[in-house]
Amino acid sequence: MRAVKLKKSNLKGFLMCAGSWGELWAPVKRNDRFILDKITDLSQLDSTALRTTLPFKKLLFPPKFSMFRYEAGNYANDMSGLPKRILFGLHPCDIKALLIMDEFFAKEFKDPYYYERRNRTAIIGLSCIPDEKCFCNATMNETVTEGFDLFFTDLGDFYLIWVGSSLGDDLIRECPNLVDTAIGHQDLKKYIQWRKHRSQQFKTDIDLIGMPDIVELSQDSPVWEEEGKKCLSCGACTIVCPTCPCYNVLDETELGKKGIERVRRWDSCMFKEYSMVAGGHNFREARSERLKLRFTHKLQAFVGKFGKPACTGCGRCIDTCPVGIDIFSMVKHLKGEEVHA
Amino acid sequence: MSPAVPQVNPYLPEPMRLIRRDPLTDDVHLFQVRAVDMNRAMTLDYRPGQFMMVSIPGIGEAPFSISSTPSRPGLVEFGIRKVGRITESIFKLKENSVIGVRGPYGNGFPVEKMLGHNLIIVMGGLGAIPLRSLLLYALDNRDQFNDIYLIYGARTPGEMLFRKEFLNLREREDLHCLLTVDKDDTGKWPCHTGLPTTLFRHIKDIDPLKTTVVVVGPPVMYKFIVAEVLKLNIPKQQILMSLERRMKCGVGKCGHCIIGGYIYTCLEGPVFSYWDVIHMKGLI
Repeated sequence: MRAVKLKKSNLKGFLMCAGSWGELWAPVKRNDRFILDKITDLSQLDSTALRTTLPFKKLLFPPKFSMFRYEAGNYANDMSGLPKRILFGLHPCDIKALLIMDEFFAKEFKDPYYYERRNRTAIIGLSCIPDEKCFCNATMNETVTEGFDLFFTDLGDFYLIWVGSSLGDDLIRECPNLVDTAIGHQDLKKYIQWRKHRSQQFKTDIDLIGMPDIVELSQDSPVWEEEGKKCLSCGACTIVCPTCPCYNVLDETELGKKGIERVRRWDSCMFKEYSMVAGGHNFREARSERLKLRFTHKLQAFVGKFGKPACTGCGRCIDTCPVGIDIFSMVKHLKGEEVHA
Repeated sequence: MSPAVPQVNPYLPEPMRLIRRDPLTDDVHLFQVRAVDMNRAMTLDYRPGQFMMVSIPGIGEAPFSISSTPSRPGLVEFGIRKVGRITESIFKLKENSVIGVRGPYGNGFPVEKMLGHNLIIVMGGLGAIPLRSLLLYALDNRDQFNDIYLIYGARTPGEMLFRKEFLNLREREDLHCLLTVDKDDTGKWPCHTGLPTTLFRHIKDIDPLKTTVVVVGPPVMYKFIVAEVLKLNIPKQQILMSLERRMKCGVGKCGHCIIGGYIYTCLEGPVFSYWDVIHMKGLI
């Protein structure tokens, strides 16, 4: 893979230059959190963001959007007006999550809504230093070699940039005066040191080896019931999870407007109605059953299908669940280890 | 069977015309539809046991089992019970209305694995809707199957779906047609009374390894029927059933029909074997 260098002082210049390709979206600080927002003024950009409240899926699979219109007997959808976007600041876990989404939305019936957006999206990754909630090392997502157009590693006064795609190459060539194509021995040394330093920063001790078997053998465990008693069924875990793709479909009409919109909206397997069929029978009435579905899906069944858990170790569920149920604590519970809330 | 027709957007319904509706009981009607595009109507292929998504704009979309057989092309039939908002709107449709339909979806019954087999079709209540497709398919391809048994249990004669059609089948010499009702409230019921399990004594001289049993009915029925079937020494993977789940997409994306952690009923089901049921939790 080709690599180039960019002086840190040239970051804004580079993004401004690359920004001619499409809208720039990046983490922006709101109070004490980071959200993903469209950057209209580069001074809003904050390259220190670790985890955004909502993951990048919100830009490829928006929380709510119209799939098509029905009017005068016709079903019609038009996605030609979707904007091109450059997403900046995705960490390895964010990129791995999009790779999982890419695979999921492509299989069997390819989802045009996801892919029309995905094909108009450039991904610029950014290195990170894990905090106490990060466990991407345990999910084997701590580094990425694919899934990005460019990947920036912060090495103090400059970024080492991996060029991951033809589009990434184009973005670099757009701004020839800002990047330095010569990578020297000192740069390499710095990069290796940084890699070493980063891998030593993980503070969690979670071990996912054997989880598929443990979950399979724990289907009748009292853990589900115990955690189910705590769960509020609020669905926050699924909303912030970068690999949760479930959605609901609704028909909406608006006063004064002709036609009907068929709308797709994020749904959550934590909601009571999720598995309820016409006539009122509910296949997962109990909260414990819904928790079991979510964690069996993430840690066991998904591994069988995709060869890896549907968890990137981003720590968003740890950050979000109001009652402390998350992948981290569930794994410990299921393994019979002590959990410090 | 040919694969589904490739579509740019799998979520866009196709216009289909409601040709005719027949009441099967008070709250279950049979809706006959045909693609408005005549070429599409004649080439629409599916498997017995598959389902389609029917749209009523402004109300929503829901999955419905196909009740007709692909061996009689042109029309697709759905047996629909009036049970919620979408089905209530479907019941309000007049003949000749145009509705949106997409599919077919799901695995359907593996008919090619049943060729040369004895076929035991066991239906209870609404289970007749998807199983009529398989029954008619097998009768239309009669020489490809060995003995065929139809066992149908309804609560009363009035609640038996396709009653006239099935009663007429008793005249066929190439079909064991065993119809039963729990209670004959008419006094004129010409067939059996009692639970469908009692009809298994009529199944004789079958090679269990070359027999496929298909059971669809209310959840309470499975346990008792499966117990009878196992007595015939039929392998667990040759005992098939079709499951109902909530579905919003039909194409393995929305997640509502997931069972056992990562089985999308709309893709890998709705037909599962009894072996699947005992080795994956939460199916029935």
